Amino acid sequence: MSTLTPGFGGLRRKQQPDLPPGQYLAHDFPVLSAGPTPRVRTERWEFVITTETGEEKKWTWGEFTALPYEDVTVDIHCVTKWSKLHTGWRGVPIDTLMEDVETAADYVMAHSYDGYTTNLPLEDLLDGQAWVAYRYEGEALEAEHGGPARLLVPHLYLWKSAKWIHGLRMMLEDEPGFWEEAGYHNYGDPWREQRYQGD
Amino acid sequence: MNTASRLGRPERSGGRLRWRKATLVSARQETASARTLVLDVPDWPGHLPGQHVDVRLTAPDGYTAQRSYSIASASGVEITVQRVDDGEVSPYLTDIYDISQSIEVRGPIGGWFVWRDTDPAPVQLIAGGSGVVPLMAMIRARAESGAKTPFKLMYSVRTPEDVIYADELRQRARDDGGLDVQYVYTRVRGSRVGVADVNTHAWPKDFEPSVYICGPTGFVETVADIMVALGHDARSIKTERYG
Repeated sequence: MSTLTPGFGGLRRKQQPDLPPGQYLAHDFPVLSAGPTPRVRTERWEFVITTETGEEKKWTWGEFTALPYEDVTVDIHCVTKWSKLHTGWRGVPIDTLMEDVETAADYVMAHSYDGYTTNLPLEDLLDGQAWVAYRYEGEALEAEHGGPARLLVPHLYLWKSAKWIHGLRMMLEDEPGFWEEAGYHNYGDPWREQRYQGD
Repeated sequence: MNTASRLGRPERSGGRLRWRKATLVSARQETASARTLVLDVPDWPGHLPGQHVDVRLTAPDGYTAQRSYSIASASGVEITVQRVDDGEVSPYLTDIYDISQSIEVRGPIGGWFVWRDTDPAPVQLIAGGSGVVPLMAMIRARAESGAKTPFKLMYSVRTPEDVIYADELRQRARDDGGLDVQYVYTRVRGSRVGVADVNTHAWPKDFEPSVYICGPTGFVETVADIMVALGHDARSIKTERYG
């Protein structure tokens, strides 16, 4: 079925059993963003969860960083083909942030400070699968990687882990976010190689 | 939630992207380490300048590797590959891949980092190294469409020998009063692009240009920050970073 390329393969890297299909191992930390990096000052930062009825729950930076956190080591996979293994993050589990939120929604739109959006099923954010992360490898998260805080949903392609996260909006019905509207896959499971619509 | 939206919406896209066989028709050596591949892709649906393709190589034993490459051409499918010395895909494409051999591509991909000839705003292109590739597609598309949109390209590159598309850029800038090309040779002068370069070579903010910046991450971060600091609207700045 696929086209063979004679002469290719001599330079292949050691096979990585932990890599999803079509991915290669990156040793640095590439950056993918659609525009300039916004600089969000923590004094003005807030995190907002909005329910489908319009109710809001907000945290300032001080309130947010006082919440119980988790230190996690996860693999991350970018749709542009690079993966990075065993990355260390500190973040507040979404389970903690959702504790007192009453919602019947099945879907969530993540909103970032630069206007970026990405949609996810709520169940993919719960049960210890997702965090709002604010430290990376023992340091404050740099702005170019999404600091002061970003969503971290490592079991989906990294565009779902919205940088410069501002809040989560509960949705009764699914809507496409920024890249999803542009032809990227609605769900984005790297192990099923769901890069683009129809994959 | 009261989020000030800085990003616009990307192009809506529909349909499934399938892998297509691509055959090498001809190739051009652009610099010592960059090669342009002219590919024949049957039923190519067309693309907007700035979009990219995914390339898939399959070794005779079934091993595969995929990479993304910007499209360099306005029509037809040409990609320009910069060899990464310790890479596994780019050295194959620059040094081994031969005429009439086939690989697979799918695309076009990306509906955000694109220029449309219907956009009346003057255009500021800023390239770092091989980041010039998708910007060249925009320059070529402008010429093909006959659009009179004023274009400026600021191209940061280590030395004159590292300039990709050098002859074509010289010719186009000479023959077309609407295209201005300026180079910053960072290795020659011993410093990276800074605010003075941008002030000298880029459209001022009052012209409200559409800005496209492509290059290595550090370069894009630096230049995008400078543009914002000079007062350009962040919404008018589109970026593509690699490595």
